[in-house]
Amino acid sequence: MSKRDSRVGILFATPWILGFLIFLTYPLVASLLYSFTNFSILRPPKLIGLQNYNELFHDEVFYKSLGNTLLYVAGAVPLSTVVAIALALLLNTKVKGMSIYRTMFFLPTLVPMVALGTLFSWVFNGDFGLLNEAFHKVHVTPPNWMGDPTWAKWTLILISIWGCGQAMVIYLAGLQDVPVSLYEAAELDGAKVWAKTINVTLPMISPVILFNVVMGIIGSLQIFAVPYVMFPGGAPARSTYFYSSYLYDNAFQYQRMGYASAMGWVLFIITLALTLIALKLSEKHVHYESS
Amino acid sequence: MSKSSSEQTRKIFAHVALVLLSVMFVLPLLWMLSTALKPTPETMTSPPRWIPSQFLWGNFAKAVAYGSKELGYIPFLVYARNTIIITILSVGGAVLSNSIVAYSFARIKWPGRDLFFGVTLATMMVPFPVTMVPTFALFKWLGWVGTFKPLWVPAFFASAFSIFLLRQFYRTIPMELSEAAKIDGCSEFRIFTDIIAPLSRPALMVVALFTFMGSWNDFLGPLIYLVDQQTFTLSLGLQAYQSQHGGTEWNLLMAASCLVIAPVIIVFFLAQKVFIQGIATSGLK
Repeated sequence: MSKRDSRVGILFATPWILGFLIFLTYPLVASLLYSFTNFSILRPPKLIGLQNYNELFHDEVFYKSLGNTLLYVAGAVPLSTVVAIALALLLNTKVKGMSIYRTMFFLPTLVPMVALGTLFSWVFNGDFGLLNEAFHKVHVTPPNWMGDPTWAKWTLILISIWGCGQAMVIYLAGLQDVPVSLYEAAELDGAKVWAKTINVTLPMISPVILFNVVMGIIGSLQIFAVPYVMFPGGAPARSTYFYSSYLYDNAFQYQRMGYASAMGWVLFIITLALTLIALKLSEKHVHYESS
Repeated sequence: MSKSSSEQTRKIFAHVALVLLSVMFVLPLLWMLSTALKPTPETMTSPPRWIPSQFLWGNFAKAVAYGSKELGYIPFLVYARNTIIITILSVGGAVLSNSIVAYSFARIKWPGRDLFFGVTLATMMVPFPVTMVPTFALFKWLGWVGTFKPLWVPAFFASAFSIFLLRQFYRTIPMELSEAAKIDGCSEFRIFTDIIAPLSRPALMVVALFTFMGSWNDFLGPLIYLVDQQTFTLSLGLQAYQSQHGGTEWNLLMAASCLVIAPVIIVFFLAQKVFIQGIATSGLK
């Protein structure tokens, strides 16, 4: 590590060092400071101590939006994880036309959130939506997808499955890295397909699963655009009013930027806590290849 | 014999499952396209018509021209232009900044480098809403709110995810190449521009594609920073269109959605292989 190298290295890294300071460190510290103030674009920040946090913990809408968000995470993350792994396993059976199927599963993840929301408000439409027509065809009364508070959340959870293509591609890459010799050894022991999946495949891709689950949790906690488009104002009965929706409204509709900053930090802590829990819970189950 | 026949059954089962599932995944998109081409009354028939009685390609023109009377211009074309400007600037900025920053992390030794790289990876966990308010205040102070700048200037300062992707790639290029070039008197910058960057075209492509997608699809950013309707992006425009127009003329709304989605899908098909590989590597530790 010569002095020259150090100088050049740091010089080359300068854009990110600046970006890290300006767009991450500064906003993180500033939002923590703002969270102890009363502050809007029109008023300069005024220190009010813990008042924002105090109010937050007595704010019904805060709890409602947090509860909605956690329910969404609890539904969407496991469901799309299972579907993504199942799709990847199916694709990994070396069937013909694998790349065509992969493309078809992947296509939906390309759709911009707003277009996705628009499209699904039409698919789930109560009168002429595609989904309800399918229900009518088999003579089952469809639920009131977008009008019923419970179903509205399920509508969004179901939509999340449609976007699991990205995770699926990552799983598929992980599956293709599993050494064939392991399967051969399992076959010698007489393992059937199911046993091989449980005892060889899943442990071998467990680090990938952990990665996708953690990224899924972080992303789902921030759900914003699709409900913003499909359910204006978090209708029905605030059942689709999520954490980010309330945070956004506080910052830009109610001009309560100090309050929004406090919400931001609470979200940050929740994100960290859930990530740590996921890491902790997985400790015994995640298998790392020692190389 | 029995083994190969059970293998056969499994293959058939996998095929059937894959066909059914892939149809389910693509159906909504086909439905969107079918609706976009229908005359308005046909969007409200039960059972639904999959093939419109006539293909109204004019629906796309109508969707695009929506609002021209009130606003005196064609918003969707303006939105498209705005989105293209922001996207091109972001992609350019991301490729330039990330390629050189990742080079520093992968191929030059400097004190604190690996620690800083670890911190960089950890920043991917910071949710956007946490930094949203101070970042907005910063851009407000700079007088940039209402302009495109908040949406593309940050791209020039690299991003953790792209640095990570490129670093993975750079590390696979043998160090001997750099050492040989150094003996020949090449500066680190020359090695980067003349040797490493040309070898890394596929990885740079991935960064360009991801940035393109992120920028094209971004909704919250434009929602926060763009005020005047003339400056809206396609995502923002589509949302405005939906809230003013939704629930009535589904065919025009779906036509507008198609237009927002089409460029992304076209770019994907042009660079499918690079794209899928890029996503696959993003899952590696």
